[in-house]
Amino acid sequence: MAGLMAGFGQYTHAVVRGIPASLAQEALRSSQAEVDLDAARREHDAYAEVLRTRLGLEVVELPADETLPDCVFVEDVAVVCGETALITRPGAESRRRETEAMKEALKDLNLNIVEMTDENATLDGGDVLFTGREFFVGLSKRTNQRGAEILADAFKDYAVSTVPVFEGLHLKSFCSMGGPGLIIIGSSEPAQKALKIMQQMSDHRYDKLTVPDDLAANCVYMNLPNKGHVLVHCTVEEFPESVKVFEKLKDHMLIPVSNLEKVKVDGALTCCSVLINKKANM
Amino acid sequence: MTTESGADSEAKQPQEKKETGKGKAKAAAEPTSPKNQQEQLPAAVGHSTPVRKEQQEEDQESHRSSTSRLTKSPLRGVKKVKIMQCKVTLLDGSDFTVSVEKRATGQVFFDKVSDHLNLLEKDYFGITYRDVENQKNWLDPTKELKKQIRTGPWNFAFNVKFYPPDPSQLTEDITRYYLCLQLRDDIVSGRLPCSFATHTLLGSYTVQSELGDYDPEEMGSDYVSELRLAPNQTKELEEKVMELHKTYKGMTPAEAEMHFLENAKKLSMYGVDLHHAKDSESVEIMLGVCASGLLIYRDRLRINRFAWPKILKISYKRNNFYIKIRPGEFEQFESTIGFKLPNHRAAKRLWKVCVEHHTFFRLVSPEAPPKKFLSLGSKFRYSGRTQAQTRRASAQIARPAPFFKRSSSKRYNMSLSLDGAPIMENHETPAKDGSIDGAAKVIAKEDIITTVTTERMAEEEKAEQEDVQKETPEPAPSTPLRHDTKRSPRLYTHDPLRSELSLPSSPISSNKVRRRRRESARKRASSVSPVKSGTGCRRRQARADHKAALLKEQALLLSARRQRLEQGKRHGGTLFSFSLHLPDLSSILDEDGYITFPDLSEMRLLPECAQNFLPIKSPSLIPCFLFIFFFLLSTSFSVPYALTLSFPLALCLCYLEPKAASLTASIAQSYHDHDSSEEEETDSEHTDFAFDGEMTATESEADDDSEMRTQYSFIRRVKGENVFIRHSNLMLEDTEPPPEVVKHQTNVSELKRSFLETTSGGGMLGEWEKRLSSSPLRSPRGDEAPMIEPLEPQDTKDEQPAGDETKEEVGLKGTVSTLGWVSSSQKVSADQEEKAPVATETETAPAKQMSPDGAEVAAKDMPVVHTETKTITYEAAEVDTNGDTDPGVLLSAQTITSETTSTTTTTHITKTVKGGISETRIEKRIVITGDTDIDHDEALAQAIKEAKEQHPDMSVTKVVVHKETEITPEEGED
Repeated sequence: MAGLMAGFGQYTHAVVRGIPASLAQEALRSSQAEVDLDAARREHDAYAEVLRTRLGLEVVELPADETLPDCVFVEDVAVVCGETALITRPGAESRRRETEAMKEALKDLNLNIVEMTDENATLDGGDVLFTGREFFVGLSKRTNQRGAEILADAFKDYAVSTVPVFEGLHLKSFCSMGGPGLIIIGSSEPAQKALKIMQQMSDHRYDKLTVPDDLAANCVYMNLPNKGHVLVHCTVEEFPESVKVFEKLKDHMLIPVSNLEKVKVDGALTCCSVLINKKANM
Repeated sequence: MTTESGADSEAKQPQEKKETGKGKAKAAAEPTSPKNQQEQLPAAVGHSTPVRKEQQEEDQESHRSSTSRLTKSPLRGVKKVKIMQCKVTLLDGSDFTVSVEKRATGQVFFDKVSDHLNLLEKDYFGITYRDVENQKNWLDPTKELKKQIRTGPWNFAFNVKFYPPDPSQLTEDITRYYLCLQLRDDIVSGRLPCSFATHTLLGSYTVQSELGDYDPEEMGSDYVSELRLAPNQTKELEEKVMELHKTYKGMTPAEAEMHFLENAKKLSMYGVDLHHAKDSESVEIMLGVCASGLLIYRDRLRINRFAWPKILKISYKRNNFYIKIRPGEFEQFESTIGFKLPNHRAAKRLWKVCVEHHTFFRLVSPEAPPKKFLSLGSKFRYSGRTQAQTRRASAQIARPAPFFKRSSSKRYNMSLSLDGAPIMENHETPAKDGSIDGAAKVIAKEDIITTVTTERMAEEEKAEQEDVQKETPEPAPSTPLRHDTKRSPRLYTHDPLRSELSLPSSPISSNKVRRRRRESARKRASSVSPVKSGTGCRRRQARADHKAALLKEQALLLSARRQRLEQGKRHGGTLFSFSLHLPDLSSILDEDGYITFPDLSEMRLLPECAQNFLPIKSPSLIPCFLFIFFFLLSTSFSVPYALTLSFPLALCLCYLEPKAASLTASIAQSYHDHDSSEEEETDSEHTDFAFDGEMTATESEADDDSEMRTQYSFIRRVKGENVFIRHSNLMLEDTEPPPEVVKHQTNVSELKRSFLETTSGGGMLGEWEKRLSSSPLRSPRGDEAPMIEPLEPQDTKDEQPAGDETKEEVGLKGTVSTLGWVSSSQKVSADQEEKAPVATETETAPAKQMSPDGAEVAAKDMPVVHTETKTITYEAAEVDTNGDTDPGVLLSAQTITSETTSTTTTTHITKTVKGGISETRIEKRIVITGDTDIDHDEALAQAIKEAKEQHPDMSVTKVVVHKETEITPEEGED
């Protein structure tokens, strides 16, 4: 009998969204890099293709919205865990309307929708690290305490601990899950510090996989039937040293996916999809 | 379909309620039990729940009825043993009435209830009662019932006290069944929050275990509605439950319960006992005590967590609760974090729960209660079996799995059957149960004292194994602790030596009086037999001494405090406190050894106008009054004269007290409330000297004042309102207290007190300390190492001290007899004529020791004194320790200093791992400063003796006597 919290990393569906042309100029970014729109779109198509073909997920692709330059980063607008989907209230005002299309899509997937309506709450999905046993919510420029509280209310089974994010955009800008109980973490000082806080807050023990580059620490982990542990990670071109680290993971199916363009607008691998496990219950 | 489930499903409505064979109180139980159940629930969630009148009234009634029954009891009429009827609400919501003697201990009562429940693995359970504030308290098994239930009816509830982190490790299904019942109650009441999906899942297992397989014909379509499965039970939930239930065909009740528990245990609030509190900034938070440690919540968010290994000490004082934290990743020093609880009782309750949880889950065997004779403060310790012990014991349960009926508990419409069928049909004979359990218990009780404990991580078995592997095999639990088995704690209460007073000693005032007193105390302590006759005389003498000293000290303290206040208001410390033991008043010591005085304001004897007069409301009034009264008597005043004088004096003192209290409070919040508190501070500057002490003695744990000074470093909310431990400057000052700060640790043995309250038990110390040595050594890993690394739990990692610290202390170790060390006491008074460091002892013992944990970590570079010195070293034959070329791997090093005016005791504890053997070395340095009239030989003998007493399992390997005579009276730089 599959109980609670079983099957971390098991997904059946993914929601992605197209890249609007406005991304090149208007998307929020912390650096002043020029984005090659076509390259970004190719990258994103490849990403979606991996999810669809290589990993066999049912991919729901939402159309891009030109008025929402950041809309490709769907992770920030919804947190899905089990049968419940929390529609967030993104920290960046320009992104608030991104939730609308997402909400509809998740409704269609028969998830229980919880909406964050509190005017004082902000939360970006990029700040939410779900380890399979508990949540860590980064308190960042985009996410505040109230947002975290609402998340805790939405997912009552799990402990929700807050972690300050001193540098970087999101909590997941320097970490992600690499397996059940395995945290991939960047080696920068803020990243290590955040990890230590997480350690202290947690009743559980985690293994860590430290990679030289913070950005490379953002990977997509899945546990799929017939494929086992799957890790979608950065390419050798981007972070050669970090890729060497991933290559030591013998049990994982490693899938490098390029993210050269989207990273210019602070997009990481996890940012571009919302993963859902539909058949788990009933 | 099993017989059990079949029987259950057939039982249905008419049989839903199983009552005890005795059928007592059945009529009463019928309407009240479900109601009771509901009423308890919200209150149990937190502490701020107001008293519920309904419940109280109801309770009163039942109380009356039970007392009337009592008078009829013909059995013990001759002996006049009062028999009380105790009503216990069991986990299934039914009531069970037990007759126990009024003087019976909680254990007797608890055993009766457990027997009734046919429960062998009972250590996870406990009995609760409601206090006057309707708060849930755990009945202390070691104390008499009547001492715990002072007011109100004798109504109790049987509950799970320690939620096993892994219920599958319980031996018996019946135990798991009761755990399930508790959890269902936790869920329905909202104490254990779950998502909808979890409610559904857990509910479906409940249905399966209670009703058995789904049977469409018999059950119909709304059979789930009569069960309470969630706080807000919706039709949707019930439908989902039914959907799941249909899929469980063939699952036995025991299996269903196992599934239930396997899921429930993963819930984040499983087994978390929540207490309302406020942090230093008066932000409402919740403190959650659980198997792994202390969790701090703000709203639903976990904002901090302190695993047990991270906590060095827990204490409370008045309504403050403190934890002292091992220095960690982000702090360089130990820090103490204070929380405000709604009241003193709540603080004490939280403290007790922490002590119990720590002992149960972290220790292999409980520590013995403190046998300190010098201290006040709580003697409370967890005395039951620990989880490790109970697991061992239950592994030996040999009875066939008892058959038990799963009563249909959480029903909306409770309909009771009157057939009086007993809950246990297959009841084993009590005698047999008793013998199994009883035997085990005796052993366990002995164990408490004689077993030393291998370190055990309750949290994860894997970790345990790791630890065991990495640790050297610690000697089997055979080494006797130094607790004397022959003495029961109760004996100590009447032990005349307990009447010794621990006093603050002032550095300036008449040294001689105090020295004499100390010496006499030491002589007494050093005599072989601790029990002496001629109590009264000595006691009176001691008290007179005490009072004389006190008066003198008051003046000094006044100035000391004033100076301190002037020094800086940023200090959040309690400025001074002392503890005092009043032997004659043992009758008013409450169950934990506190002095409790009736609160006049509560008694409402006084006219209203008088009640508004602050001093009269003060809980300190009576103690003050008594104190002054006896003091006057002892100074040869006549009784009436003393009486007339002491009342106004006491009032005076109490008038000043609230100001003192508010001063402390305002300092505690000093970051914010400067404006408001300023006035009071100036007001009370010169007033509150005596009160801290008095209040310490009456209302709170008698903490060492050295600890008091460390107590206000606070959680700070930094960025995004996350909470961090911020370490105040105080810690630094701790190592170097201003000379006028008075301390009252009079000898080595006093040191021990500073741990975990006024501890001296040592068992706890040992355990706590041992963790230092038991943390698995991890080789340093480079971050570039591309391997998966186990995330070292903060707990273990933190136990390794920072590099510099280590070095420093190793260095010190090498320089046993340098002058620089000797003169490192700042508190040496200026008029000293001679410095005479008397004894330095190095003790070694493999892996195991009792070590006092001190209030201070100190090792300071100090000016060196010009002196003539004489050093004599005695070394034991096997001095493998000092000359060892292999220094081993240092696990931890710790330095503890305690001082009195003329004695400075410094304890170094170093733990190393050498060739697979972990070794603990304790070095004690006792520096006696003072006039030539000290008998050094005697002092040395005394010091050695004390050390041996404290560490019976360690051997003294080296004694260095180092005598210095100062050339110049002034300290100078070398």
